[in-house]
Amino acid sequence: MAIKFEKVTHVYSKGTPFEKIALNNINIHIKKGEFVGIIGHTGSGKSTLIQHFNGLLKPTEGTITVLGKKLNDKDTSLKEIRQKVGLVFQYPEHQLFEMTIFKDVAFGPQNMGLSKEEVEARVKEALDMVGIKEDMYEKSPFELSGGQKRRVAIAGVLAMKPEILVLDEPTAGLDPKGRDEILTQIQRLHKTLGITVILVSHSMEDIAKLVDRIIVMHKGKVALNGAPVSVFEHVEELEKMGLAAPQIMYIMKALKEKGLDVSTNILTVEEGAKEIASILKKQK
Amino acid sequence: MFRDITIGQYYPANSLIHKLDSRVKIIATFIFIIDLFIANNYIGYGITSIFLGIIIFLSKVPIKYMLKGLKAIFVIILITGALNIFMTPGEHVLWSYKGITITGEGLYTAGLMATRLIFLIIGSSILTLTTSPIQLTDGIESILNPFKKIGIPAHEVAMMMTIALRFIPILLEETDKIMKAQMARGADFESGGIIKRAKSLIPLLVPLFISAFRRAEELAMAMEARCYRGGENRTRMKQLVIENKDYIAMTIIAIFTLIMILIRFI
Repeated sequence: MAIKFEKVTHVYSKGTPFEKIALNNINIHIKKGEFVGIIGHTGSGKSTLIQHFNGLLKPTEGTITVLGKKLNDKDTSLKEIRQKVGLVFQYPEHQLFEMTIFKDVAFGPQNMGLSKEEVEARVKEALDMVGIKEDMYEKSPFELSGGQKRRVAIAGVLAMKPEILVLDEPTAGLDPKGRDEILTQIQRLHKTLGITVILVSHSMEDIAKLVDRIIVMHKGKVALNGAPVSVFEHVEELEKMGLAAPQIMYIMKALKEKGLDVSTNILTVEEGAKEIASILKKQK
Repeated sequence: MFRDITIGQYYPANSLIHKLDSRVKIIATFIFIIDLFIANNYIGYGITSIFLGIIIFLSKVPIKYMLKGLKAIFVIILITGALNIFMTPGEHVLWSYKGITITGEGLYTAGLMATRLIFLIIGSSILTLTTSPIQLTDGIESILNPFKKIGIPAHEVAMMMTIALRFIPILLEETDKIMKAQMARGADFESGGIIKRAKSLIPLLVPLFISAFRRAEELAMAMEARCYRGGENRTRMKQLVIENKDYIAMTIIAIFTLIMILIRFI
């Protein structure tokens, strides 16, 4: 078990007029090697939830177990947990600070107290994974384009070789090319290294394409939890929460209403195209 | 982590003090601070504490909130207290060791100074806790208006204050976010000596400065895009109006000042 939440509640500014319940009695389990998507309307508690994964926020009530260790135990080293649970925040490029790309990515591994050679090897490996070439290493991170900056920032977390990678809207504000690049790399990381990935996103298409399981947050509670097909079946509920199903599902539904006998449990454009083609062939 | 900072924070409530005109509150606070320096004995401060107590009660702000603001200046109170205790010369020596002496006079002034500082902070906290930043800057602009003739840019000063106040929560939030992001990369802001701690702030301060400049630039652009050109001919949605309760408040603060002067000089 990678992450286990038992009856976790988090209240901001408790005991003041600004009190806000961000998480309300959350129970979730995430298995090792799983690719989980978290969706929810703005303010549904997603960001608060993921900050509990590596102990940046402590629950007001309840227990969290990460990789077999209880986070509220005194002898659990939070530093170690934070190294094993890599957390990539929204707009991670805003955290860049070093003179060169290389040094910035080296910040995480250096804090782990690794040898110089090991740090160097990890930085190269991480930058390679996100597709930053060696001739860029000595450039200032502030000279890069938005997409490149973000990839450098993600490399900064990958260089720590986390066992669990948590990404908070890694594609927000990127152009389609930058978005595809980052998502492909995340998918490759999950497949080749077998690490657990948790992806927070507002794009139903991205979520549908990538993840094994979806957790839907609504007003600080887990509203739905299951495989993409079963979660997206509840279109009406999702719409009430300010979310939606992937667009292709709406198209398939409309086709069905018009009399084309297609399956409506289609999540990606590729699947949809195949389904329509096969139905059309049969009709001939 | 930064949610505990209360200096300059507004506490929304529906009280008589909240409803007073912000100009009256600013001037009253100013006079109150002068009164604190007029008073120089414990009788004066006794009356001041009763006065403050009544105002805090009327403002409906929990006393806990007022005292939270004191935490930040606790060290300053301690230092001034210590300086006064050890540095005041006097006749009533209570304790002496190798040239360091504590005198009765020293203790007396130390107590007086500490009380003065505490009242100063509480007095100004009442102003910020019961007046929203917008009302506050509107009030300051209105007070400064007559000085326009001698070249004080009242509107610009008020606008700069509004923006500065508006940016405090934004920058605090940003600091919190960057801190967490660096902590997720193993940064340690809490342990080590002074030099190590100062060094550990670099990963926090560099991104913070960059984002502050970026935000300032974006804001300037947005203001220009909406044809901002200063306060000329600008009207307000909420006009400041002096009502009966404001006259009463002004009378009360005048009586309080008179009492303070009488206690000192008679």
